[in-house]
Amino acid sequence: MRAALFLAAATSILISTLIVWTLFTEAWKFLSDLIDTAGIGALIDGGKAPGWYPRNDRFDIPTIVLGTLIVSAVSIVVAAPLGLGAAVFLSEYASPRLRKVVKPVLEVLAGVPSVVFGFFALRVLGPDLIQPLFDTSQKTSLLVTGVAIGILVTPLMASISEDALRSVPSALREASTGLGARRSATVVKVVIPAAVSGIVAALIISVSRAIGETMVAALASGRLGQSPRTWDPRDPGLPMTSAMAQLAQGSDQVVGSTLAFQSLFFIGALLFLMTLALNMVASRLVTRFRTKY
Amino acid sequence: MPDATVPPEVASRSTDVFTTRDVAVYYGQFRAVRDVNITVHKNEITAFIGPSGCGKSTMLRCFNRMNDLIPTARVEGTVSYHGVNLYDPAVNAVEVRRRIGMVFQKANPFPKSIYDNVAYGPRLSGIKKKSELDAVVEKSLRGAALWDEVKGRLKSGGLGLSGGQQQRLCIARAIAVDPEVLLMDEPCSALDPIATARIEDLMQEIKHEYTIIIVTHNMQQAGRVSDRTAFFTTEVNTESDRRTGVLVEYDQTSKIFSNPADERTEAYISGRFG
Amino acid sequence: MAVTSSIRESAGTVVRAGLTGGKRDVRGIVFAVLLLLCLLTSLFMLTILMWDVVAQAIPVFDKRGTSFLTSDLASSPDKAGVSQGIWGSLVIAGFVVVLAFPVGIAAGVYLEEYAHPSRLTRFIQLNIRNLAGVPSVVYGILGLVVFVQGLDGLTGGRSVIAAGITLAILVLPIIIITTAEAVSAVPQGLREAGFGVGGTRWETTRDHVLPYAAPGILTGTMLAVARALGEAAPLLLIGAITGRLASPPGQTLVDRLQGKFTAMPIVIYGWANEVNKPGKKTGLTFEDLNAAAIVVLLAMVLVLNGAAILLRNRFENRRQG
Repeated sequence: MRAALFLAAATSILISTLIVWTLFTEAWKFLSDLIDTAGIGALIDGGKAPGWYPRNDRFDIPTIVLGTLIVSAVSIVVAAPLGLGAAVFLSEYASPRLRKVVKPVLEVLAGVPSVVFGFFALRVLGPDLIQPLFDTSQKTSLLVTGVAIGILVTPLMASISEDALRSVPSALREASTGLGARRSATVVKVVIPAAVSGIVAALIISVSRAIGETMVAALASGRLGQSPRTWDPRDPGLPMTSAMAQLAQGSDQVVGSTLAFQSLFFIGALLFLMTLALNMVASRLVTRFRTKY
Repeated sequence: MPDATVPPEVASRSTDVFTTRDVAVYYGQFRAVRDVNITVHKNEITAFIGPSGCGKSTMLRCFNRMNDLIPTARVEGTVSYHGVNLYDPAVNAVEVRRRIGMVFQKANPFPKSIYDNVAYGPRLSGIKKKSELDAVVEKSLRGAALWDEVKGRLKSGGLGLSGGQQQRLCIARAIAVDPEVLLMDEPCSALDPIATARIEDLMQEIKHEYTIIIVTHNMQQAGRVSDRTAFFTTEVNTESDRRTGVLVEYDQTSKIFSNPADERTEAYISGRFG
Repeated sequence: MAVTSSIRESAGTVVRAGLTGGKRDVRGIVFAVLLLLCLLTSLFMLTILMWDVVAQAIPVFDKRGTSFLTSDLASSPDKAGVSQGIWGSLVIAGFVVVLAFPVGIAAGVYLEEYAHPSRLTRFIQLNIRNLAGVPSVVYGILGLVVFVQGLDGLTGGRSVIAAGITLAILVLPIIIITTAEAVSAVPQGLREAGFGVGGTRWETTRDHVLPYAAPGILTGTMLAVARALGEAAPLLLIGAITGRLASPPGQTLVDRLQGKFTAMPIVIYGWANEVNKPGKKTGLTFEDLNAAAIVVLLAMVLVLNGAAILLRNRFENRRQG
């Protein structure tokens, strides 16, 4: 029995190995083919109008990385204050009864499929809110994508931060209250600083989730398969995940047949490394936080 | 019921800090302690002793409204502080706690530096100037007999100190806001005998400046440090099997320990019960 | 200092003034209200959006009735329906149940009951935590290379089999982690009781540990199925169909499993990109249909999710009480 159960656990190592192996062998194939044909310089477009044009063998990585960074930055601007504020209210102000009702609701909301947020972004958030408010050129943009992903990760941010705040020992709250601190002072000067590593971990996990979010980006970022480089969130753009979805979808190609299709794996590898690094930092912070209390 | 009531005329004397009248504390439906009538005198150390569950800690927390933190807690009767009922709706609990400080059972320094721990209260009351804060920090740490041990490392974390030092840091933090009263909830229960002795010496040193109420489960400690002792016990209602704390006897410590008026006190003191 | 000492010496009136004084804590109240607003925004932004969707979906169910649920994908909003999407999603859920449940639960039990604290064990645990954080689109790449390309003889290429296996792998870490948590919450006394009557480790696990941990494990498996039902990104990479999908008559089940497929979230993605022209007969647009499709998907996902979370909270209460 022991051996059978061990095999099940070892499956996870097989999966990781397969992921790393597929990503990096295909990404390497892409790189070596790129060097043979278009040249490695195609990865950073030095021309006047740089951009991601895979059909023309122009793979300007900064374009899609920038798209991803802009989207995640916007989403964290939305999710961090909302999620942290909601968490502080739940943990420090709400009655136990209210908390018992609201926390599960947040967790259920965290389970709403991301394609649903994509639909909201495309049909409501873009045309009815972001476009009139920020005067964007079209209904879809990096900004819309970021705001929608921000709403999507807010319950996650709230849930993890609330766990961190609640694990701050109540003895610290008592000490502060006993010194004549108002509740707001106790929260701002004692509870939040004591939970800071857990809150930072929540932030990092939310960023990681935002970077990897695909369906909202594919529906609402406003470019189909190719995009000029842009720094402006109000522009339509192409985050990495959106680029991947469209590369995979746009053709019935067989793996390895064209450079454009292969670039999918290169982006995948890059995305994998980015989120892995963030998740490792977050889990280290969480461990540090746990050992402290 | 034993006569633990303080005569009403005593309440008006200026040396009286607290006078309670018929205090009862409820947690939801549960009555933790009832009918407490007691007068706490200025610049004395008053000890609350009794078996666990007798309501002595609950009672202590009435004196600075720490019970407010528990949503289901409710206090009946009056707790007068210099003639002002602390549970009067007009009274601001935050102002109460700035005058009546508290030291807890387990040392609970903030995860901040030693300096920031002590400066926490003064900063709350608006002191921002560094020189002023420095002076308060030094004075408080000296007052808590901790200055010589930590003066070289004020910026290091308060959690890095030993248990006894942490508790003295908490005392320094409490006296930094210059309270009139210090409430101490079993402050030595987590400490070894040497650290306990240091805290007890410290209490004797500072009692000329503060009025101290200490809850302790350690009778010897009450006998060593306190001027007056209140003995609480638990009464079991035979019908409902509910337990409620009551004040049995309150008197000079020497009297309580040598010649208690109530036989339950004597049973507890002599170790036959509790 | 001078102020406090004067308070000490003076009579009750001054004390009263001090205790009842102090400004109203306006900043504290504003702070609390802001926090409450954050909570309400987080809760209601989503619920309002969903309410909007439900309102838009009602005419679809009204005019199309059950034909919306039983029709295939089509180019006209008068005819198109979600039957193929529901079928695909249910098959995927089936793969999760058949593949991910046994492996995930076994792995979780191994890590908590059998594994010795070794470097290998710690590596497996770290590995599982990291797998849980890998973006779903990356699992799509795994599925594309391994199950669509590598094992196309078995899966039939861009098929619901490939999709089912991929999503089973994607949710595996969720099942392992929740199982391990549920098993580690089993009181030690229960195991000792099992060993005490001469049971082997496996007998103790089977007869005492697993029954006690069952609600927690069930929670994890329900969350996993809900997650798999809502995932779209890996399916896009595997090649789910977003346009029209023919289901020729006379197909065997194996043909259908190995053939082209779609799933509910992919139907929604596809319709979101459709031109928004009302159908001649019903006047419904693909946007309306999509609202209805979202209602169908949310009903499946949120019911599972909600039940799982309620179950977990009851389970936690039992542990505390």
